[in-house]
Amino acid sequence: MKYSWNWAVLISEPYLQWLGWGTLMTIVISLVSWAIALAIGTVVGTFHSTGNSRIRLFTSSYISVFRNIPLLLQMFLWFFVVPELVPDAIGTWLKRDLPHSEVVTAIVALGLFTASRVAVQVSAGIVALPRGQGMAAKAAGLSTAQAYRLVLLPQAFRLIVPPLTSEFLTIFKNSSIALTIGVFELTAQTQQIESFTYQGFEAFTAATVIYMSIALVVTMFMRQVERRTSIGNT
Amino acid sequence: MKIRAFGTIATLALSLLPPSWALAQSVDGIVDRIKEKNTISIGYRDASIPFSYVDGKGQPLGYSTDICIQVAETVKKALNLPDLKIEWVPVNLQNRIPLVVNGTVDISCESAVNTVGRQSQVDFSSPFYISHTRLLVKSGSGISELGDLNGKSIALSINSVPERLIKALIEKDQLTIRIVPVKDNSEGFLALQTGRADAFSTDDILLFGLRNRAANPSEYEVVGKPLSYDSYGFLVQKNSTAFLTLVNATLARLSRDGELEKLYAKWFDPMGVPLSPDLATIFHVIAIPE
Repeated sequence: MKYSWNWAVLISEPYLQWLGWGTLMTIVISLVSWAIALAIGTVVGTFHSTGNSRIRLFTSSYISVFRNIPLLLQMFLWFFVVPELVPDAIGTWLKRDLPHSEVVTAIVALGLFTASRVAVQVSAGIVALPRGQGMAAKAAGLSTAQAYRLVLLPQAFRLIVPPLTSEFLTIFKNSSIALTIGVFELTAQTQQIESFTYQGFEAFTAATVIYMSIALVVTMFMRQVERRTSIGNT
Repeated sequence: MKIRAFGTIATLALSLLPPSWALAQSVDGIVDRIKEKNTISIGYRDASIPFSYVDGKGQPLGYSTDICIQVAETVKKALNLPDLKIEWVPVNLQNRIPLVVNGTVDISCESAVNTVGRQSQVDFSSPFYISHTRLLVKSGSGISELGDLNGKSIALSINSVPERLIKALIEKDQLTIRIVPVKDNSEGFLALQTGRADAFSTDDILLFGLRNRAANPSEYEVVGKPLSYDSYGFLVQKNSTAFLTLVNATLARLSRDGELEKLYAKWFDPMGVPLSPDLATIFHVIAIPE
């Protein structure tokens, strides 16, 4: 095959800058979405683990809706359909005045999607604890909220660090779907370099290396978290 | 603009070589391949209407396709291969250049815009179509030129040639136009339809196509003076001058005989896209004598 390789394209301006902006955008979207996912996922997962059937109806619906609809579709729905369903004034604001509406939409969509997956793991972590833990906390005079905050959640989170690591890694890869609503993250910038220079193999190799580096850093970070938080023989 | 014009001139210069020169050349990858397999493989697209697309039975058809069937006829005569077969190969935007480069496709007959960047990987035939970047707006919006969009918003497809062009124009004229990046043409149209953007810009032929597919075409109109001149050419493996000359000779013959204009009318009249003065000139320019 007569492909003319040109690796220098990756370190020439403005392509190097594009890769940099793309990487930054990927990291920002992923981290903010991860914060949303952890917060909402913990709340939903905690309520999901309680025995109350009415609360479970709500949390189960949340989990089913956000976990079962493909992320690609969710992004599209949030960006194009939701502004048409809300009252006109809000819809117009979402479409016209919200600064960086595509980035905000991507973060919300990715955050809520990942939250449903985190919720399942948090809930599973709590359920996996010995039943005596909750009972002992109550017997020691803690309220339900205190029992969760001081006894159950800290132990549950230790249990689910490995699956949460996978989820954290996945959010970086899922952030590439944001390009479908016009966010210039790493994959979109890579495609842009390809379309400007026709040196697609070089651009995609660079993106691969960057994604893998992010993944390695996240894995090492989570390993540290696991080590620091482990207690004895759990 | 200058660079693009140079690209066109370069292509034209290649097309000026006499056809006999093609036959004198014996070492040509594509010609050798066609002789060996007794088959010419032609790339087509599934939905580049009306250039190259497939009918209900999956058979390729279109303006570009019709021209390339004539190219196959020329090859048949020039190489003396009376029972030359045509192999149709589906291509898309991502793989068309690699497939031409690696020789899977002898000639890609669809709607590729000739750019200097692309010429580093493939060669282009003479132009057979000129598209202009223009604007699609809602009827009665009062927008007729890019300048009218000052303070408004425009949807542009990510990584498209028009995207670069409009961004450069906005910068040059110091306009404040908000850009709504979209994934593809249908999302661009959706952005215009839902009021997220006040205009969508890409090649006018695609804009006419989007407008025709709308539930109510009269709600939209294609406006503005041409912002660019993008010439479409067939893609051929680099340094296959003998084959390229046969392709350009076919285009010259069709143009001289007035066949090209008839083909244009056949495919573009139903879409309501009249022959532009620029394209009429191009037809004269490529009609080089035998």
